[in-house]
Amino acid sequence: MMGLTSQETKGLGLGALLIAIAALLPLFDDGFYLSISVNIVLYAALCTSWALFSGPTHYVSLATAAFYGLGTYSVGLGIEVLPYPLLLAIAAGVGAIMAGLVGAATLRISGVYFVIFTFGLAELVRQLVTWTQTKFSTAMGLYVFTEMTESHIYWMLLALTGVVFLTSFLIARSRLGFAMTVIGNDETVARHVGIDTARSKIILFMISGAFIAIAGAITAPRYIYIEPPSAFNPMISFLVVIMALLGGTKRLWGPLVGVIPFTIVMDFISSNFPNHTMIVVGLAFLAIVYLIPHGVTGLLEDMQARWKKRAAPVVEEKPA
Amino acid sequence: MLRRTFIALAASAAAIMAAGAPAFAQDVIRLGASAPKSGPLAGGAAVTHWPNIQLWMKEVNDAGGLKVGDKQMKLELIEYDDKTNGEEAIKNIQRLATVDKVDFIVTPYSTGLNIATAPIIARYGYPHITTSAATDGVTEFAKRWPNSFWMLGTSSQLANGVVQALTKLKDAGAIGNKVALVNVADAFGLELVGAAKPAITAAGFEIVYESSYPLGTQDLAPVISGAKAAAPDAFVAFSYPGDTFALTEQAQVQGLEVGAFYTGVGTAFPAFAGRFKEAANGILGIGGVNSEDEAVKAYLAKHQEVTGATPDYWASATTYAGLQVLGQAIEKAGSLDKAAVVEAIRTGTFDTIIGQISMPENVNRNVWTVGQWDNGIFKAVAADGLPVAGDPVKKPAWQ
Repeated sequence: MMGLTSQETKGLGLGALLIAIAALLPLFDDGFYLSISVNIVLYAALCTSWALFSGPTHYVSLATAAFYGLGTYSVGLGIEVLPYPLLLAIAAGVGAIMAGLVGAATLRISGVYFVIFTFGLAELVRQLVTWTQTKFSTAMGLYVFTEMTESHIYWMLLALTGVVFLTSFLIARSRLGFAMTVIGNDETVARHVGIDTARSKIILFMISGAFIAIAGAITAPRYIYIEPPSAFNPMISFLVVIMALLGGTKRLWGPLVGVIPFTIVMDFISSNFPNHTMIVVGLAFLAIVYLIPHGVTGLLEDMQARWKKRAAPVVEEKPA
Repeated sequence: MLRRTFIALAASAAAIMAAGAPAFAQDVIRLGASAPKSGPLAGGAAVTHWPNIQLWMKEVNDAGGLKVGDKQMKLELIEYDDKTNGEEAIKNIQRLATVDKVDFIVTPYSTGLNIATAPIIARYGYPHITTSAATDGVTEFAKRWPNSFWMLGTSSQLANGVVQALTKLKDAGAIGNKVALVNVADAFGLELVGAAKPAITAAGFEIVYESSYPLGTQDLAPVISGAKAAAPDAFVAFSYPGDTFALTEQAQVQGLEVGAFYTGVGTAFPAFAGRFKEAANGILGIGGVNSEDEAVKAYLAKHQEVTGATPDYWASATTYAGLQVLGQAIEKAGSLDKAAVVEAIRTGTFDTIIGQISMPENVNRNVWTVGQWDNGIFKAVAADGLPVAGDPVKKPAWQ
């Protein structure tokens, strides 16, 4: 059924190898470097999940915080009564259902309207969750006390990232992936050739939402104290878009090459300029937009092309 | 051109960094701090948290430093912005503990960030003296993380303080027994209203209006008009800074005349008196300090002189006192050994600007709970185990 090309096999093998190497990290350091790696892997998972939908469709979604918060709250509300793995599944279900409902209602609108709607969605979900908690729950603050350490969270997020990658890869090879490519290029054409565009988009949005919710559920034990401002933090939505665009969304591994340098640069800035973080971050953004307009993937591909061009003439100009 | 500008910028940034690198010295105690400098809580931290670290360090260093064993050691600070974000806060603490290898860590700011960082701080055994976390979970937290100390009191204490103040006013004949009760619908508001409701009823009051609103609500006019329609004698709102200002403004605009007007977090901010001027007089709120006390008076004056700003009248003094406890415990332990300092905090009694503090069970029970504005000063009018600046008085009509 698979029929992988040798390049694809190589890619999969390389991916598996990288994840295996990354999984060894907690054995060497369980301090700062593990902490920053948790942040990197978290955003790697979020950005890849985001790009899963927004990459091919070109719909910029700012709903990441809504799904993430739903995942966090699923664990916060249920941790006292249900086993943790079940909560992860519930989080995925809740994320998918929410994405399905939202998708059915909104994926017919596009462009800037979709962006604004998804941004509002995070706030709406936050208010709904708070309201539900006030009316029906006796729990005051939500606490998630577990035996989980940062290493466990790191491994779970790493595994999730792996699964997201594999899913993206499989989708790209499936009928759904092909449909998405057509929709991304021209939705009218897609409709004319008989693709059920709404259905395809909703399915993809649900998969993406479910993964983001799982990421939130995995991170919940790290927060311990669950409150709406941190779970539904709108910064999450923005950071995910910025990092994914920095990396480039054309390639599967694009968001990843955005997340790693971005997190490291942000960390460098905030540790060295604690009092001027926002100014320096602003300058860094300007620098990124001016210097690498096509994202890191674009930069890498440019370099590769230039290297090939330079390498080629050398072969031709061999001294006689 | 642009490229060159950015290179120049980057070069100057690098130069600033190189100049700012701290000189390594043996006789220095290195403190680490991570708290909001950006994000939703940056405003609060800029009033309550950072200035007190600055003030305390200056005082200690001007006096020659802390006496550790037979050495005088000065203080040095490494500070990070947690962006009001749990992920960042955890990472910052990890960096302080494992990369900077600081000797001690100053408490993070706010209930959420303190709890999120508590397990990491506990793992490295640093004393964790929280001064901006008020929740009923403190007893459990103290058991879970024996290195943590909780100084700002509990939600129940704060809620009971309101009932104490209202009862005093009722007994003095200043107000009747009808109360309007409002809260922000998040953990903080729910916890306080949950503790306050039974206590208010038990004290012989009648709750004539009850309402809650989501965090971040901009328009609070309906809440105030609803309360006004119920004609209460006292208005109590467990609110957050944004809503505290909005509720007070609406009450003033709509002329909600009550003998006792109480709002939550933010009432104690100097900006509150700055905003409402004369109209602030008589307004009750969470916190307060004993402004009649000499130590508190001296603290308020020094804070103004060194940082150029007025402290808030609630957690500011506690934050400063928490740092005093840390300094005195280091001197008592006579070493920079973290476990010895934690033990010194648990067993010692400390002389601070908020009185004698001892925390045998890691929790400070003596706190001011309700303050009242009186000509630019937010005086404590209800407290647990501490003297207050005076009795609450009936609020004059809005001006």
